[in-house]
Amino acid sequence: MATFSTNEFKGGLKVMVDGDPCSIIENEFVKPGKGQAFNRVKLRNLKTGRVIERTFKSGETLEGADVIDTEMQYLYNDGEQWHFMVPESFEQYAADADVVGDAKKWLKEQDVCTVTLYNGAPISVTPPNFVELTIVETDPGVRGDTSGGGGKPATLDTGAVVRVPLFVQTGEVIKVDTRTGEYVSRVK
Amino acid sequence: MMAEWRPSCSLAALKKRAALLAEIRRFFAARGVLEVETPLLCQAGVTDPNLRSFTTLLHRPGAAEGERLYLQTSPEFAMKRLLAAGSGSIYQICKAFRNEESGRYHNPEFTLLEWYRVGFDLVQLIDEIDELLREICAEDLRLEASERRSYRELFCEHIGADPLSASFKKLAECSKLQGLPEAEALCGDDRPLWLDLLFSHLVQPRLGRGRITFVYDFPACLPSLARKKPDDPLVVERVEIFLEGLELGNGFHELADAVDQEERFDRDLAVRRASGLPVPPKDQRFLAALGSGLPDCSGIALGLDRLLMILMRAEAIDDVLAFPTARA
Repeated sequence: MATFSTNEFKGGLKVMVDGDPCSIIENEFVKPGKGQAFNRVKLRNLKTGRVIERTFKSGETLEGADVIDTEMQYLYNDGEQWHFMVPESFEQYAADADVVGDAKKWLKEQDVCTVTLYNGAPISVTPPNFVELTIVETDPGVRGDTSGGGGKPATLDTGAVVRVPLFVQTGEVIKVDTRTGEYVSRVK
Repeated sequence: MMAEWRPSCSLAALKKRAALLAEIRRFFAARGVLEVETPLLCQAGVTDPNLRSFTTLLHRPGAAEGERLYLQTSPEFAMKRLLAAGSGSIYQICKAFRNEESGRYHNPEFTLLEWYRVGFDLVQLIDEIDELLREICAEDLRLEASERRSYRELFCEHIGADPLSASFKKLAECSKLQGLPEAEALCGDDRPLWLDLLFSHLVQPRLGRGRITFVYDFPACLPSLARKKPDDPLVVERVEIFLEGLELGNGFHELADAVDQEERFDRDLAVRRASGLPVPPKDQRFLAALGSGLPDCSGIALGLDRLLMILMRAEAIDDVLAFPTARA
């Protein structure tokens, strides 16, 4: 794998830090007028999702991480693993629960999501920003209420629970923002 | 794609720069300080191991071989030669060039205001810097009275350790507490490196908030071109200026001792050799000028682009430059 010097660090570059693959978010050059130059780098650990900051001496190098984001279709869950497929090549990948993480509550069969591969194996799954899911259970709302103020919990067909306006009923399809976990609208 | 030809700064920034330059010239004209120009292309390069010169080749007409020339990293040596030749107090607004420096607060080519006051000690120079900066900022910023703090005092306050005497173990503990666990592996037993890292990461961002902060009495291990303090061998007569968390400049009660100066050059060059960095020739003309006698003086270099950033509340140096290097 190639190595990268601090001057090549830029947003999106994947590098190894403390044995974990990380994605660079930000790279700031810090240098006293008369003194050593540093790079203060903000990174996301791709295994844990945690954001860390780390300072390097300018000119230091890091090993590149063999990480690629691939669009894949979610196929099914066999009870233990989640299965994905690259639509073009029909290549299939299986991911464990800790890899799928919070994404699992947004995954609907056939939906296309981003699977991050590290050394050829999935390390994280990012659902689409918006998903359309069916409400399987929610309290009957008060008739005539259209304001959405307050709201009520609704369970979706993937198991996720989101707050929805009172007028939304069981059996309806709704659009949800997976980044915030918030209801966006009904889908006609 | 069309080439990006437009300036990266606004018209307002161009006008602010012009006003700033006019104000500086008025300030020094009223004080009888002489404006000078010195060469950007120099025969000798900087020795400071933390600076990288741009170099180029001079071809005299018909010459087969080029002679190496250096773009200045600051006009310091040439201006001191003028002082030694009897110029009296002088100032200069010029471009300086530093290779391998580029980022939110750095452009490889930038504008410096550098001035020297014959007969001034560091306190008198700080008074004058304060006056100039307050005049420049009056229109755009409401500044409280400036503060003057010793390096040691600030370091103890923000880091919780004495910069001059704390053990490396103690510095490592303090770094961990402040979210810099990597410091230990990075700095090892290199005290100047420890001080540069901790000061730039943990002290500097908190300085100059709503007021100018002058930091004086730098540790003797960070001497640059400052004199040793006569009554305290642990510190040197050096000042740094901070405003809104940004370093604006470095000033010294100028070292006038040619022997001491040459020793500092030699130490720098030894570090350069050991680290595999280019080893430029020592500036013999500058050393000869010191040998013939530099009048007692204090001097300071201020980064005008960063000052403009603060005045314009700009996020990045590119926002105040017509054409940063990326689109020069």
